[in-house]
Amino acid sequence: MTKAPLVEMKGVHKRFGGVHAVKNVSLDLYPGEVVGVLGHNGAGKSVLMAMLSGALPIDEGEIHINGAKADIRTPRDARAYGIETIYQTLALADNLNAPANLFLGRELKTAWGTLDDDSMEAEARQVLHRLNPNFTNINDAVVNMSGGQRQVVAIARAIYFDARILIMDEPTAALGPSESAMVKDLTKKLSAEGIGIFLISHDMHDVFDICDRIMVMKNGENVGMYPIEDVTKDDVLSLIILGRLPEDWQPRSKQKVDAV
Amino acid sequence: MNDEAQALRKPGSAGSRLKALIRSSEIDTRMLTMVMVLIVLWLGLHMITDGLFLTARNLYNLAVQSSVVSIMATGMVLVIVARHIDLSVGSVMGFTGMVIAWLQVDIFTLGAAWNWPLTILLGLALGGVIGAWQGYWIAYRSIPAFVVTLGGLLMFRGFAFLVTDGRTVAPMDPTYQLLGGGIDGSIGAMWSWVFGIVAITIVALLTWQNRNSRSKHGFTPKPIVMELALLLLWAALIIGFVMVMNAYTKPRTDIPRGIPVPVLILIGVVIVMSLITKVTSFGRYVFAMGGNPRAAELSGINVKKTTMMIFMIMGVLCGIAAVITTARLNAGANSMGMLAELSVIAAAVIGGTSLAGGVGSIAGAILGAVIMQSLENGMVLIGVSSAMRQVVIGLVLILAVWFDTIYKKTR
Ligand SMILES: Nc1ncnc2c1ncn2[C@@H]1O[C@H](COP(=O)(O)OP(=O)(O)OP(=O)(O)O)[C@@H](O)[C@H]1O
Ligand SMILES: [Mg+2]
Repeated sequence: MTKAPLVEMKGVHKRFGGVHAVKNVSLDLYPGEVVGVLGHNGAGKSVLMAMLSGALPIDEGEIHINGAKADIRTPRDARAYGIETIYQTLALADNLNAPANLFLGRELKTAWGTLDDDSMEAEARQVLHRLNPNFTNINDAVVNMSGGQRQVVAIARAIYFDARILIMDEPTAALGPSESAMVKDLTKKLSAEGIGIFLISHDMHDVFDICDRIMVMKNGENVGMYPIEDVTKDDVLSLIILGRLPEDWQPRSKQKVDAV
Repeated sequence: MNDEAQALRKPGSAGSRLKALIRSSEIDTRMLTMVMVLIVLWLGLHMITDGLFLTARNLYNLAVQSSVVSIMATGMVLVIVARHIDLSVGSVMGFTGMVIAWLQVDIFTLGAAWNWPLTILLGLALGGVIGAWQGYWIAYRSIPAFVVTLGGLLMFRGFAFLVTDGRTVAPMDPTYQLLGGGIDGSIGAMWSWVFGIVAITIVALLTWQNRNSRSKHGFTPKPIVMELALLLLWAALIIGFVMVMNAYTKPRTDIPRGIPVPVLILIGVVIVMSLITKVTSFGRYVFAMGGNPRAAELSGINVKKTTMMIFMIMGVLCGIAAVITTARLNAGANSMGMLAELSVIAAAVIGGTSLAGGVGSIAGAILGAVIMQSLENGMVLIGVSSAMRQVVIGLVLILAVWFDTIYKKTR
């Protein structure tokens, strides 16, 4: 971890009227790393990530990308920094079909400058099939698709354009086991390519499978950031529920070394 | 009942084959329903009026009458699809029309060749500026379109009066009058045929190009028979239209009138607006905003700018409608476009534009406008009083929205 961090959030705050949703949170992400962002419902995970993806303006604090201060005010700014997001709400235009959603805001054009729907459909077919080979009705409006199919469209949209930083807010919540496995594989593959990934998940199994580090939030605060090999599932649960590690905790990787 | 349902489901049965056929032709079933409604309506009116409705003369008039509302309805589709509303279109049309007439008659040199083209240009620009102004309050100051355009409805009606203190301005430039589709306001038999042939050629070329592009990407194209049948249908419609317009002659002569200029303007508007909705990113964004405004924003779409542009387009279309109206009236009167907002919104809604946003089509709006105008026109022929006509049109609007909800539920 000698390289400069890809993302560094420093002392970030967000308030909604009286609700202090994110309190002085700092965290970092390195290239090729998967950082799990954990916490109870309403802890502030989505809001924190929304500030990085430009979906919500940042109230206080700074974001640095590749060591330089970044000014992210709109989703478009975030995309310019190579930040792609799979939103918890999926953020799909329900009345449009899968290709239109996949390329929304970044349509493929013909030589005439008009929408190239055929090319978009062909590309969409490829990328969607990689995630779900049974996906055939891609020309339906996404409102008529299953929850899992909709999620696949949202995932495809984030990975199709060469992201450098990927935010995945509960990406497998609606997926079946085989699709989930596929997304997990994909996550590993993307991080191996050097993409930095924030993964929000409530599934401990997934977290321990693919994350390199975890950060736990409670009531808007960062209550700890640890390499995955230093914590057990029980440690993480304690952080999520109580906001602190068990009394007798010491880095688990060290314990193993001690035991040897 | 049960057997029937089964027959529909059994593969290869007539029902399912018909369904598959309709599916493969990519014909919108809803559009099909509307076309059928129109046909039934026309036949019904023809019978009730003892053969007065489906005559060349009446269809010509119907075409001219429909064009003003149709032109504005194409813009209203964008507005409603993006989850807004524009109540000011009638007043904006009246105001821009008054300004055009006032400039042409009172201000600029009468009879100068540049006079009428310049007034048109200024009129359209004024429409665009008004649209931008309303769009600004809606998009950048987050005031609901209902409120802004309700204010606009009052304001611009007031301005329409103030331009000349209520005086009607007339007469317009003789060349300008042609745009209204009066006695000389049509293009004659020969040019109508040229237009028809060009139109058919373009439809054929588009079909062919679309087919090519689909197969180049490895998609299975529609069955060739279906494609040819559709092409023939289009050709028949275009030829039929030209023949009807040519069958109506100028008074006391047998010189065919041909396609009226306002209808040509409408066709131009329809082509441009269809292109905007179907092949530009702007059009795609309008629909995305209607489907899910938040998603549109998160996708990097500049929702504010797009909203403002929608209202600008609406304003320019009001300007075009004002040109046709003043040319047809051969005057500028401050009552022009009174209550037009209702016909325009009704045309869009009857044409399948969903008030919930995200759904609508230009072709549908034209059909909607023609259905409305046919009703109106037919009732006039029968001699229904204007009060009763309003009652009927109002009921039809409610029925159309009711149909829309039923259609959505049973889909
Ligand atoms: N747009 C908003 N306006 C007002 N309050 C908000 C808004 N978005 C989030 N909040 C509040 O901020 C807090 C954190 O919400 P957030 O969505 O970040 O939770 P989360 O950690 O993602 O939870 P979950 O696991 O349920 O997704 C909540 O109390 C929520 O009510
Ligand atoms: Mg969340």
